[in-house]
Amino acid sequence: MSIANVLLVDDEVPFVEAMSRRLKKRDIHIVTSFNGSEALDVLENDLSVEVVILDVKMPGMDGIETLGEIRKKFPLVEVIMLTGHATVETGIEGMKLGAFDYLMKPCDMDVLMDKLKEAVAKKRNHEEKIVEARVKEITTRRA
Amino acid sequence: MLLTIIIAAVMPMLVVSSIILYQFDSSYHEKVYAHLEELVLKHKQNIDNFLKEKLGDIRLLATTFSFEELSNEDFLRDRLESLQRIFGPVFVDLGVVNARGIQVAYAGPFKLGKALYSTADWFQETINSQNFISDVFLGLRGLPHFIVAVRENHDGESWILRATIDFVAFNDLVESIHIGETGFAYILNREGELQTKTIIKEIPPGSPCADFVEGGVKVKGKIEILERVDESGEDELYVTACLKDGNWLLIFRQGASDAFAELYRTVGIALAFMLLGVLGIVVTAYFLSRRMVNRIAQADQEKEMITEQVVETGKLASVGELAAGIAHEINNPVAIMVEEAGWIEDLLEEEEFKDGENLSEFQRALQQIRTQGKRCKEITHKLLSFARKTDSRTQDIQLNDLIEELIALSAQRAKYSNVEIHSNLQENIPTLHLSQTELQQVLLNLINNALDAMEKTGGNLRISTRMEENSIIVGDPHLQIEVADDGPGIPAANLAKIFDPFFTTKPVGKGTGLGLSICYGIIKKMGGNIEARSIIDGGTTFTVKVPLPKSKEENA
Repeated sequence: MSIANVLLVDDEVPFVEAMSRRLKKRDIHIVTSFNGSEALDVLENDLSVEVVILDVKMPGMDGIETLGEIRKKFPLVEVIMLTGHATVETGIEGMKLGAFDYLMKPCDMDVLMDKLKEAVAKKRNHEEKIVEARVKEITTRRA
Repeated sequence: MLLTIIIAAVMPMLVVSSIILYQFDSSYHEKVYAHLEELVLKHKQNIDNFLKEKLGDIRLLATTFSFEELSNEDFLRDRLESLQRIFGPVFVDLGVVNARGIQVAYAGPFKLGKALYSTADWFQETINSQNFISDVFLGLRGLPHFIVAVRENHDGESWILRATIDFVAFNDLVESIHIGETGFAYILNREGELQTKTIIKEIPPGSPCADFVEGGVKVKGKIEILERVDESGEDELYVTACLKDGNWLLIFRQGASDAFAELYRTVGIALAFMLLGVLGIVVTAYFLSRRMVNRIAQADQEKEMITEQVVETGKLASVGELAAGIAHEINNPVAIMVEEAGWIEDLLEEEEFKDGENLSEFQRALQQIRTQGKRCKEITHKLLSFARKTDSRTQDIQLNDLIEELIALSAQRAKYSNVEIHSNLQENIPTLHLSQTELQQVLLNLINNALDAMEKTGGNLRISTRMEENSIIVGDPHLQIEVADDGPGIPAANLAKIFDPFFTTKPVGKGTGLGLSICYGIIKKMGGNIEARSIIDGGTTFTVKVPLPKSKEENA
């Protein structure tokens, strides 16, 4: 089993390719897309995605807009913002919209792996709690 | 400008003053002329009355008494005495002259009995007319006098009663006309001879008597006023009136400067006041215009400074936008490069490469790529910092503590560069309320620049803080920080550009040329100021002024 199921979204194709290779080597299951709307389509079709690594600045629907949509449609998916504009303001804005964290390009692979693991853990923990709550609810009903 | 102000201020005053002076001059002339006219008219009437009176007295004697009675010298003497009793010594003598010109009776102080007057002008004139008043002449007695004579008839023959009028009594009538210092009067006859005693010995040329003497017609009773220039070039006023049926001319003469002395004095005072006024206007205009020029110059200077600041701010803003764009554009390829390098690194960990001959060389090269990637990241970070001024949240800062921290941070580097850091921090300076990150960035940049400057030569770095006491008084409280090195200094041509973005003299790869631009932008945004002064081979000093909260409330 892979460490995490990750969707990598960036308009820079070579970056996506290089990053994908490196993450795969670290047992990350990775799917890619090159803009915001494509990312939303992937999420619709692939429910296994746990974490989205999302570039902030992209043509068309930018990272912040995409984040908003993801939070609305897939609230359980965690998002790590990846940006060349790692300013406090962008970070705060992303966090306000519900991003898990933000990192600045070029990022250190170890740091990214740590963040991914934390995000996956959070996501799985969250899901477990939901499952537990549902089980509890069903059990309570039956009783 | 000065000339315009003076002309604008003085012209109305000059015009108004000239009109007033002209009106005053005209009125005063009219007043003086009227006064002199009245005076001369009064005296003319006095003299005419005097002469008519004397003629009337003689006529009364001649008609009251017969030729026989008056030919009796005792009787005649009695008449003279009674006349002298009534009129004083005006009548000097009386004489009765027959138709042949022989004086048949005489009463008076001279021995003129039986004197023959048949050839005398006055006798001829009297015989031809009813009565006669002669001009002043010396006659047989050798003294100035004039004769009043009337003709009567006795037994078909004419006879004449004549009286000599005392010259002194007559002269007093004219001599009493004396006004001012130079005003006096005299009488001339048709021959231009003086009929009264006067201060002048002869008639001055240019006086109005010339017309009279030459037979010019004088309207009886009319007073004339003339202004003439005398031989010494002075203006003289002449007032003339005809006497004795136009045979004599009463002339009053006075120097114009004397007659119009009051006018001239008043004009003098007015001119003095006007001059003082003009002087006042000139002085005021001078100082006002100087003040205005200074204010304009000051305003121009301020405007220039503001324009410079606006240009500088605009330049920084546009460069800021550019920087943000560049940062992003550079960041992406760098990120790809770093990721690709990372991928190679990952691959090198595979078994097949582990024993490779050049593994260590690959790893060194990849390490270098990573290091350079990090450098690129720092540069883009700085560019973004320049564009966005990260973390500008304000907080209370103890400036001295902040500087001491920075000195401690830089101590190691200073030691390697053989630089000694000296601090001179004023105690008990107020707390600042600014962004600590930003201020730290500025001061660290200045310290690093100073250390760079002295890297090869070594030297001293002096950091000082002090409170600008005067700045509180002028309502702009601030602290002053000085960072001074004794490095090689900055040439004057470069000194003007050091705050420009991308300006650097450091070797390629060493500096981005953004450090001081960022400092400038940060300090200006704080409301402070940053300046540099430098001497070649003498070092460079950066002076930073950071604003203090304006009141205790703000500080709190």
